[in-house]
Amino acid sequence: MNFQGVKSIYRFEMARWGRTLWQSLVTPVITTSLYFLVFGSAIGSRMSDMAGIPFGSFIVPGLILLSVLTQAIMNASFGIFFPRFTGTIYEILSAPLSPLETVTAYVGAAATKAVILALVTLATATLFVDVWIAHPLLMLIFLIVISIGFCLLGFAIGIWAKNFEQLQVIPLLVVTPLTFLGGVFYSVGSIAEPWRTVTLLNPVLYLVAGYRWTFFGVSDVPLWSSLAVMAASILIPFAAIVWIFRTGYRLKS
Amino acid sequence: MSDAIIRIEGLRKAYANGVEALKGVDLDIRKGEIFALLGPNGAGKTTLINIVCGIVTATGGEVQVDGRNWLHDFRRVRTRIGLVPQELTTDAFESVWATVSFSRGLFGKPRNDQKVEEILKRLTLWDKRKSEMRELSGGMKRRVMIAKALAHEPDILFLDEPTAGVDVELRRDMWELVRKLRADGTTIILTTHYIEEAEEMADRVGVIRKGELVALGDKKALMAQMGQRTLKITLDEAIAEIPAGLAEWGLALEDEGHTLCYRFDSHAEHTGIPQLMRRLDELHVGYKDLATHQSSLEDIFVSLVHEERAA
Repeated sequence: MNFQGVKSIYRFEMARWGRTLWQSLVTPVITTSLYFLVFGSAIGSRMSDMAGIPFGSFIVPGLILLSVLTQAIMNASFGIFFPRFTGTIYEILSAPLSPLETVTAYVGAAATKAVILALVTLATATLFVDVWIAHPLLMLIFLIVISIGFCLLGFAIGIWAKNFEQLQVIPLLVVTPLTFLGGVFYSVGSIAEPWRTVTLLNPVLYLVAGYRWTFFGVSDVPLWSSLAVMAASILIPFAAIVWIFRTGYRLKS
Repeated sequence: MSDAIIRIEGLRKAYANGVEALKGVDLDIRKGEIFALLGPNGAGKTTLINIVCGIVTATGGEVQVDGRNWLHDFRRVRTRIGLVPQELTTDAFESVWATVSFSRGLFGKPRNDQKVEEILKRLTLWDKRKSEMRELSGGMKRRVMIAKALAHEPDILFLDEPTAGVDVELRRDMWELVRKLRADGTTIILTTHYIEEAEEMADRVGVIRKGELVALGDKKALMAQMGQRTLKITLDEAIAEIPAGLAEWGLALEDEGHTLCYRFDSHAEHTGIPQLMRRLDELHVGYKDLATHQSSLEDIFVSLVHEERAA
């Protein structure tokens, strides 16, 4: 194993993140905090409880995931897209690194950023609303697993994208709407048919519900279904990445 | 060849658009030599280098580096190879020190500030170590690219058009550096458009054309084998046209009628020179000077490319 090589990419990516901290950490934390402020502190007290949880608290896990999912994809996709864009990818491809080591380094760095972002956002949330965590260890494990899954997806997007516009399409036009409609602000049980059934087709719902369960011990869907979606969120992009490295798709001519 | 550090056998590459960039290239690179790969644009030089370095996937054939297959044993093989690509591709916001250190780690070498310092000093980059890449001139960036390639102390170095776009002084510096690296035991493979560069530095030369190796050999032997000599006869008085009696030599008239040029093969059993001299006397064409000129690599290269166009 080329441990030094993995460490070099990881540190490089973390250093790049450090240079753009305002954009990659402070901005998403402030944006999410505005939700806590408006929906939690300002109008949360006028909203009815959701699944027996005060509204301001109820939205915390979902909003954390909203931020984590988009940033995980953006960080991981940009991490591999930028060397392709500038041409410095030649160095990665010619280095004594296996595909697994390359993915571990880029996805590891992106997932670290996503987890830090989530924890900072969670800490910020406590300033505005009451938050308690029923299963702290599971909360952390779920967070790490979900971050890795979406970083893998971001990595695949970073290789697929031909330009900066394509890089933004999936996080902004697919993941963000799916997260908003994935029960961040409401319980599935509170909405009527046919929208209830439609909502159940949204895979992000299962992630939000599962993550919320680690906080409050209640969930809209069975826990096993959340675990199944989490597993799929890792396995599907991982399979795509394996195919990318086997075929050299948009990496090697 | 027993001293081959790189053995390329039947290397083929066909791109998805149907272009056949390499058509079964066989080539041995000897340990410790400077090998120059010449060829026109699109001949397949960069494709060949990129396949050996793992950047492009070969369609067929095999590469062995010191007896190791370049795909099965990619870790050991790549650790020994450094690549300076043709394009100046750098991370604009990284410092010189950071980017060179990054390259060292990427290739599996532990941090060694002393080694990085030595490389930067050798390439006269030490004063620029804290500068961001975007602040550097093209020539300086080229030096950084070389420093990055040397950061993991490879014993095989690929230089793809290393002096493209650099000024004469820097080019001379680079040649000196390449010689020093060779003196330290590094095998160097360079592609270049500057025939002067190959002529100046290379031990052996290969000419690639449309994905095929059309000439290969020791630089001097190649020049001797393929090179023609030209006899230049400076006349006493200018002539308007070549006398009909000299037609069989295929002479050319240059220098506004003052010089007759005769191309001949120095290895031929009969060069035709004595007969030409006698005929000049018979025709009372006086001359005051004779000079011969050996074809350069550039002449050979141009003639090979012309062969292709004529084919």
